[in-house]
Amino acid sequence: MNVLLLALLALPLAACLLLAALRGPAGERWAVTVGTITSAAVLLLSLGAVRAFDTAAPQRMQLETDLGWTSGLGLRLHLGVDGVSLPLVVLTALLTLLCLLHLRRHLPPPGRPRALVALVLLLEVGLLGTYLALDLLLFFIFFELVLIPMYAVIAGWGGAGRGSAATKFILYTLLGSAVTLVGFLVVFLQTGTLDMVELADRGGAGMSRTVQVLAFLAVATGFAVKTPMWPLHTWLPDAHSEAPTVGSVLLAGVLLKMGTYGLVRIAVPVLPEGAQLLAPWLGAFGAVGIIYGSLVCLAQTDLKRLVAYSSVGHMGFVLLGIATLTPAGLNGALFANIAHGLITGLLFFLAGGLKERYGSTDLAVLGGGLYARAPRFGGLLAFAAVASLGLPGLAGFWGEMLAMFGAYRPAAGLPRGLFLAFMALAGLGTVLTAAYLLMVLRRVAQGSAADAARGPLPDVAAHEWLAWAPLAVLVMVLGLWPRTLLGLTDPAVRTLLGVGP
Amino acid sequence: MTPGVTDLLAAGPPVVVALTAVVVLLGSLLPRRPRPPVVPTLAGLTLAAVWVAAQAWTPLGRETRQAFCLGPAEAGVLCSYSAGDLTLVLQALVLAGAAVVVLMSAAAVPEQRLPAGEFYLLLLCSVCGALTLAAGGDLITLLVALELVSLPGFALVGLRNRDARAGEAALTFFLVSVVSAAVTLFGISLVYGATGAVHLDAVRAGLAASGTVAPMAALGVVLTVVGFAFKVAAVPFHFWAPDTYAGAPLPVAAYLAVVSKAAGFVGLILLLVVAFRPLAAVWGPLVAVLAALTMTVGNLVALRQRAAVRLLAWSSVAHAGYLLVPLSVAASADGRRVLGEAVGATVVYLVVYAAMNLGAFAVATAVSRRRPANLLTDYRGLARRAPLQAAALAFFLAALAGLPPGLSGLFAKIVVFRAALDGDVAWLALVMAVNTVVALAYYLTWGAQLFRADPQDDVVGSSAAAPVTPRPLRLALGCTLVATVALSVLPQLALQVIPGISAGLDEPPQPVAARTVAPLR
Repeated sequence: MNVLLLALLALPLAACLLLAALRGPAGERWAVTVGTITSAAVLLLSLGAVRAFDTAAPQRMQLETDLGWTSGLGLRLHLGVDGVSLPLVVLTALLTLLCLLHLRRHLPPPGRPRALVALVLLLEVGLLGTYLALDLLLFFIFFELVLIPMYAVIAGWGGAGRGSAATKFILYTLLGSAVTLVGFLVVFLQTGTLDMVELADRGGAGMSRTVQVLAFLAVATGFAVKTPMWPLHTWLPDAHSEAPTVGSVLLAGVLLKMGTYGLVRIAVPVLPEGAQLLAPWLGAFGAVGIIYGSLVCLAQTDLKRLVAYSSVGHMGFVLLGIATLTPAGLNGALFANIAHGLITGLLFFLAGGLKERYGSTDLAVLGGGLYARAPRFGGLLAFAAVASLGLPGLAGFWGEMLAMFGAYRPAAGLPRGLFLAFMALAGLGTVLTAAYLLMVLRRVAQGSAADAARGPLPDVAAHEWLAWAPLAVLVMVLGLWPRTLLGLTDPAVRTLLGVGP
Repeated sequence: MTPGVTDLLAAGPPVVVALTAVVVLLGSLLPRRPRPPVVPTLAGLTLAAVWVAAQAWTPLGRETRQAFCLGPAEAGVLCSYSAGDLTLVLQALVLAGAAVVVLMSAAAVPEQRLPAGEFYLLLLCSVCGALTLAAGGDLITLLVALELVSLPGFALVGLRNRDARAGEAALTFFLVSVVSAAVTLFGISLVYGATGAVHLDAVRAGLAASGTVAPMAALGVVLTVVGFAFKVAAVPFHFWAPDTYAGAPLPVAAYLAVVSKAAGFVGLILLLVVAFRPLAAVWGPLVAVLAALTMTVGNLVALRQRAAVRLLAWSSVAHAGYLLVPLSVAASADGRRVLGEAVGATVVYLVVYAAMNLGAFAVATAVSRRRPANLLTDYRGLARRAPLQAAALAFFLAALAGLPPGLSGLFAKIVVFRAALDGDVAWLALVMAVNTVVALAYYLTWGAQLFRADPQDDVVGSSAAAPVTPRPLRLALGCTLVATVALSVLPQLALQVIPGISAGLDEPPQPVAARTVAPLR
């Protein structure tokens, strides 16, 4: 029994309830401060968890807490971290803190910071809980907990089309997760346990092939909507582009990862035979998503929407990595998960910064000449763009490389020729990704003398550095020393897949 | 057990409520009309609830759970009033729900100029019927109790006698009820003809003994199910509910949507699971189809509602569909094994549904004091005007939708899902999964209004005129909120009833075993 992880969830929840109780002008005035302090404390706690984590055995569940909650449902408050979930926990805590730092200066209209901060903290509870939960129903509860706060953040503080974007987001993802719940209950009724560790250890024992295939289909559908996998991605562009900056950052940075994390943590290890049969489909949809995402990005005229669509392509790599069912592929998927969270988080922050400076994120309105008008801002945008296109030496490279490497030699029993084709498509996708990101740089950052003559813009301010620099630094660190992450995920992935080290 | 004093002790809860009704009636006849009899009514309901608790938890209760029995005291006794776990849970639910309705009515009755004495008399009579229904041990008692639930209902709906809508609502309700009673009676008479028995256990033994499914018995079962489908407003026998709810005073609508519906369900459970169990192959598929239709139609029509009460009415139709889902597992191959647990799932859902739906009605009652039309747009700006009410309603709606933080609703849905999957009606679980998404759409529409700015608030002085929510109504809201929060944090409070109910239904006493020809298959 270790209270550290429990505290990780209780702290933001308590702060959220405190803010709900703090009515009146004082509450509005102190809301962001309370939120910042809380999320800083959560980040420190998560770093404490990293410190307490035995990195020599990342495949083992550590810092476990296991308390009974509802015996009638078999629901237990079972929390723990291993090498797969630990990086996501830290990423969540980090991005939440950065978002709250961002809110100190940039409160989206219509203000009301108390409600917004309370929702962001509730969102953090749901996200952290999803990555910490080791009980299927508990996982599901946290998985659903993010829906209403994210809906409210988009519907309350979003752009012009926020109402329909928010509704689309919540209905789509609920449709997916309702089916997931059915899949979970099938697993529970067949095996009699909700314990994710035990289920993964059993590796599908006790479930017939048919049951596994159907349950995988149900479970993976929900995760695929969340990821999102082409063709279930249609909620994403609206939600991302209408959400306020903090909403977009959290959506792209950590919320999407819940889907891929669920696939890696639950769908693949618990239902291996189902995964074996349906993996080619998962890979196919992933590969199509890579191409589709980048083609759509090439046609975008709005930067925020472009970044949103780029997620479809990047998550396609993640799905392809998972579909290979190999250690390399899964490691790549988890690496790409984290890298995408950092890079896209940074890109959405930058898009928000451009919106403040230009009043719009339309590429035509932005015009060119950012390098001349705000050189540091332009440089940071260029850095984020090349990181996103997967330049070797930055974080975006390793995940996609490993995913393609996995596809080159997929797990035994999977059709290799097909996966080679996926790999070729993914390779084409990297070229297209480079094309649209370089297009952005050419249209926004570069330009003629006339663009520069429009006068200087406010460059990156100190408080912006505070929110953005940690992301940029981590992108570089992970790009140069991928072992920091792969050392954690690799043993855990091998355990989940049931292959030796 | 000979009929005598012990009988009345066993049947205490309905007797107490009936006596309270008499007291209320006599009080209203006094020359100088006293204040509305809220306190005596609540006192009577509380006493009955204490009695139920005593029967559930004291050793004395074990001896006083059956009354009005035929035959010798040893095995083979057939009783018209028998209170197992299922009965006691439902009686407690009915009493708690009725108490909340009384609190909601405390201010509404004088404000809408309803005759106070008659109102509480009728309410108590209906509650008495619901309590008896939950304990009914023979077909005649069930039917009479069901009519006792419904008849005061018509009068309650039509009490606003200067309102044309109320009159129409009462008439619709009356006609539907009479027709459904006639259909049920016909069905019951066919069953009686086939088995020669009226006591539920004897009917089951008779149906099981005949071996093959007699067409007459099957027709009787189907007609009885149809009759009850009217009562619980299952599609396609639901059309009366929205008009009736919309025309009735709001507390009465809440009563119909929760207490009266719970009574209908317990009657249905007793008939299907206890009496007609040997014919599960007949009624199981019927219930499955009814469930799927009910939830789908209820949710789809609710999408288009613009008035809060109509939305709640259609959503309660949809919830009736969810409530029917567990009963349909009887159709599956090993339905017998899981039927007891499935009934437990329905009861758990009823408990959770009662708390969250009464809560939503309580907020609607508070809002209707300011905006009598009670459209969804009237809820705009509630978060600013009355933050606690808005937060409570948002929580109730989340629970109705089954989304965290409204965990009680999610747990209830999980229990129902589990029952369906365990009973091999996975298709119904998938239909229900899709339905929860449809339902979320309209709960969201309503919930989002709470946080919008109200254009009328800009008009000078309009917000100052907001009436204060009366204390009993606040109390009702508080009770439902506490109950819903408690069920969210500690769902075990509701889930603990499942084993008892399941055991009571899966291992029925075999009273007529000596007389039966063939054992239960």
